[in-house]
Amino acid sequence: MTILDGLSAWLSDLKAEFILNFIDKNRWEMLVEGLQTTLLIALFACLLGIAIGVLVAVVRTTWESTRLTMRRGPGRLALSLLNRVCLLYTTVIRGTPVVVQLLIMYYIIFASSNNGLMVASLAFGINSGAYVSEIIRSGILSVDKGQMEAGRSLGMTYLQTMWKIIAPQVLKNVLPTLANEFIALLKETSVAGYVAVADLTFAGNRIRGVTYSPFMPLIAVALIYLAVVMFFTWLVGKLERRLRQGDNR
Amino acid sequence: MITVKNLHKQFGNLEVLKGIDQHISPGEKVVIIGPSGSGKSTFLRCLNLLETPTSGQIFFEGTDITDPKCDINAIRRRMGMVFQQFNLFPHLTVMQNLTLAPVTTGVMDKESAARKAGQLLARVGLSDKAGAYPAQLSGGQKQRIAIVRALTMNPDVMLFDEPTSALDPEMVGEVLDVMKQLAKDGMTMVVVTHEMGFAREVGDRVLFMDEGIVMEEGTPQQIFGNPQNPRTQDFLRKVL
Ligand SMILES: Nc1ncnc2c1ncn2[C@@H]1O[C@H](COP(=O)(O)OP(=O)(O)OP(=O)(O)O)[C@@H](O)[C@H]1O
Ligand SMILES: [Mg+2]
Repeated sequence: MTILDGLSAWLSDLKAEFILNFIDKNRWEMLVEGLQTTLLIALFACLLGIAIGVLVAVVRTTWESTRLTMRRGPGRLALSLLNRVCLLYTTVIRGTPVVVQLLIMYYIIFASSNNGLMVASLAFGINSGAYVSEIIRSGILSVDKGQMEAGRSLGMTYLQTMWKIIAPQVLKNVLPTLANEFIALLKETSVAGYVAVADLTFAGNRIRGVTYSPFMPLIAVALIYLAVVMFFTWLVGKLERRLRQGDNR
Repeated sequence: MITVKNLHKQFGNLEVLKGIDQHISPGEKVVIIGPSGSGKSTFLRCLNLLETPTSGQIFFEGTDITDPKCDINAIRRRMGMVFQQFNLFPHLTVMQNLTLAPVTTGVMDKESAARKAGQLLARVGLSDKAGAYPAQLSGGQKQRIAIVRALTMNPDVMLFDEPTSALDPEMVGEVLDVMKQLAKDGMTMVVVTHEMGFAREVGDRVLFMDEGIVMEEGTPQQIFGNPQNPRTQDFLRKVL
């Protein structure tokens, strides 16, 4: 009897906690809005990261593969300079914590703006770009040198060969690593609260702050992240299997 | 068609080509033989500027292609190249491999490229492979497709760098047959090869390269029947 009593007491406690943290004052809406914000930042940062990453990777591999043979001139000088800028960018970004980059963006570079969502998206995108560029660079290097030579020997330009021949093979090579980078990115956005962005983590923490009951909101936040990550992992696995079909068709 | 003047090529401190002068006439079949590391591939790759010469000049159909102002992509569209490792595009079907370059470079529209590719595929007996991916082909089939890929561009000259060296022995014949047919059709060809039978049968002129220069050249009869240079004699003794 006492065990059952205890169990039912615990259950009704749990129910009260649940109501307090999620139902009262529609607090669950904060979590939903937080998740939306998190996904929005991650999506924007992901797109920006890919754009920057591809650009930086192309500059760096172009420079590495042509620096010995390229004729002197303004083109070579421009590429050399661009390459240095890219190197500096990846070094700085990968050498400093993302939270510090976020704070610098918010309080120094965009001090005049109080659009935390925009600043956070930019900061995470710029951060992600540095890692994506390294992933794509190694993906480009992993494509056999003969592919570029075959394309060029057929009279295609460097960029045409890059786009039509190298890029599709790079995509297949880097997709798994890239997907992991974006899963990491999604989780990294949880520090957006530092610049007053109400993301998922921030929402959970705020609920905890008003209800003084940490268990439910924090576990809920963790479970939501987990569910989203698992969903994306599943999606990427499917995509990967589809891409791999070309190998043994 | 191709004139090479005092061609030098250095990789860092390593001088690989030490002054080559050659003239290749339209329709001529030039076969290059020589020991490993003698600079055969480097010479061939200089002809379409896959390697940039350190000094010297190369004229193709009257244009100095070593001139920085020359549009090398336009030149390469008229020079086909076949590699030892085939270098087919693994993510594309055979038909896409063949039509990609002519369509991308604007030499042909999609329909005429596909028509041309279809005719060439039929000629090498691989029409049924149009929809296949390179991974599904044998080595010999891959190399025949690689030859067809270069031919789809309608080149004026074809460069071959040891096209049969990566093949299992039983597949060498089918590739050489395609090359012989091409020679019969009048294509200008420059072929680096270890297939001495092919050199003898198809070559108008054989170049023996060693230590970065053309040590000896002549008709196949001269080179194989009566080589003058002791290095040529030595090399031929080893390979024949
Ligand atoms: N990209 C490069 N960088 C540095 N050295 C090179 C490069 N390409 C070729 N070499 C060197 O140049 C020399 C000539 O090479 P090449 O490939 O032209 O010889 P080859 O006659 O074609 O030999 P093989 O019969 O083995 O193909 C070799 O010593 C090689 O190591
Ligand atoms: Mg070679």
